[in-house]
Amino acid sequence: MIRFIVSRIVQGIIVIFAVITITFALSKMVPGGAVRNERNITEEARKAQEEYYGLNKPWIVQLGLQFKHYAMLDLPESYHYKGRGVDEIIASGFPVSAAVGGAALLIALGIGVPLGAFAALRPNTFEDRASTLAATLGICTPSMVLGPLIALLFGLKLRWFNASGWFDASDWVLPALTLGVIYSAYIARLTRGSLRETLAQEFIRTARAKGASEGAVVFLHAMKLASLPVLNYLGPAAAGLLTGSFIVETVFQLPGLGQFFIAAATNGDHQLTIAISTFYAALIVAFNLLVDILQAALNPRIRLQA
Amino acid sequence: MSSGTKQSLSPMRAAWQRLMRQRMNACALGFLAALVLLCGIGPKLSPYDQSQQDLELKATNPSMAHWLGTDPLGRDMLTRILHGGRVSLEVGLLATAVAAIIGVFYGMTSGLAGGRTDAAMMRIVDILYAFPFINFVILLMAIVGREFWLIFVAIGAVEWLTMARVVRGQVLALKNLEFIIAARACGAGFWHIVWRHLLPNVMGPIIIYASLTVPGVMLLEAALSFLGLGIQPPDASWGVLIQEGAKSVESYPWLLLYPGIFFSATLLALNLLGDGLRDAFDPKSMSQQ
Repeated sequence: MIRFIVSRIVQGIIVIFAVITITFALSKMVPGGAVRNERNITEEARKAQEEYYGLNKPWIVQLGLQFKHYAMLDLPESYHYKGRGVDEIIASGFPVSAAVGGAALLIALGIGVPLGAFAALRPNTFEDRASTLAATLGICTPSMVLGPLIALLFGLKLRWFNASGWFDASDWVLPALTLGVIYSAYIARLTRGSLRETLAQEFIRTARAKGASEGAVVFLHAMKLASLPVLNYLGPAAAGLLTGSFIVETVFQLPGLGQFFIAAATNGDHQLTIAISTFYAALIVAFNLLVDILQAALNPRIRLQA
Repeated sequence: MSSGTKQSLSPMRAAWQRLMRQRMNACALGFLAALVLLCGIGPKLSPYDQSQQDLELKATNPSMAHWLGTDPLGRDMLTRILHGGRVSLEVGLLATAVAAIIGVFYGMTSGLAGGRTDAAMMRIVDILYAFPFINFVILLMAIVGREFWLIFVAIGAVEWLTMARVVRGQVLALKNLEFIIAARACGAGFWHIVWRHLLPNVMGPIIIYASLTVPGVMLLEAALSFLGLGIQPPDASWGVLIQEGAKSVESYPWLLLYPGIFFSATLLALNLLGDGLRDAFDPKSMSQQ
């Protein structure tokens, strides 16, 4: 177990440095260099800027400096937001993304798991078909269509919430609802499939034979195993939700990480693109590790191996 | 179907028959065929050009002249939706093809090599799964350019991981079966075995997984275009149209609804077809449908 965790952390560190390298290499493909967006800049001022950010050094030295920044956890300054460290910017965008993503995750689980279980317990009935159809429709509704419609209905027509922006304490509701509904469709499908498969297994028959009540069979025995595929899906999904859905943050104009990333990518703020990609990779690694540990805890047949 | 006829069918033909026996699958396939046809020839038959503006007309409701109305620039929505559909479908299919080629090549190499090479190649795939690919694609689009070929190559280059795993698993399961050993004993060369014996038997999973990849890829393209990083106006894809519709959703909700409905219906048909193909190639899973 300890060996497994250590080896996964080592693997995660490799991922993080690979991500730094790739994002760095991509950002170097820009024609004109990083300070090209500065308007009316004299040649000396541009040189001074490049000197200040270390952009006049050879690429390999610059990459080494990046590695040093991240290894020492002393993150560099943004090119665009002068004087602000990239960690400060992440610290301002992440709470927005995390509030929306966390709420969306709860909504997705709150709708998806009961809906999937409901369908799985009534195979091939009308209820099963109806909820499966609803889940399939949910999967086929892109967030860029659902988001503006939700904003139109609850924001502009009913005026229950702001249609966009991040001003009131309730502004997380509509974006979280958009994401939650869509993710709940995936979770419902996964829950239904895996619960039905689990209910057909031998140990369920054993549980029934020893006289366990139907509720105990489903919730104590079957759900424990049936939740594994859902967990597996939730690892990367949770990381994606928490770091911000690019679409939903654009639709609802939230000052989250996704918006910062797109802005940084388009205006050449490479320090920030590297930092946000790296942060995202670190979260994916952490969630995958968490999922693996939870899976081993839930399924005695899984043994973690390095 | 009697067992007599079943014997004489190739696996592909049998899967096709099982696929078409479900009415839902036939409907999905029919819808997609009609859509491909409409998007292919519709824009040519239309009296309007997709980017042709009529600034006096502005946004209108559906009418005899414009069956799905016009957008705020007076462009015919039906023509734009069909043209956009063609672009979206092209990106979806081409990106899936790129992903399939990379995935099949990688998975086959890994499965056939076996041993340490296989372990190392699969460890690389494991590591790549933790990469924030959406960030890479956005970055690539933002800095290198927003060209059509780059969109599907970039999307294809990040969507091959699962395909590689699927193919490798199949190759591992197949490569030591009797018919492969028999072919080798008969003196068949390496490429002959790969091409004539291995690939046809891996085709089922490749088709299934590819059909499930297309909707994901189309969503990614739409997302990029929605963010202004994919197809650039005045050219249109469904992502572009949805983005333009979302901007004016308060005044003209149908500008969002029409392309949205086309897009969702297409995703639905592709998903149904993907599920249907999985059941058709694996009769055991039929009971779960």
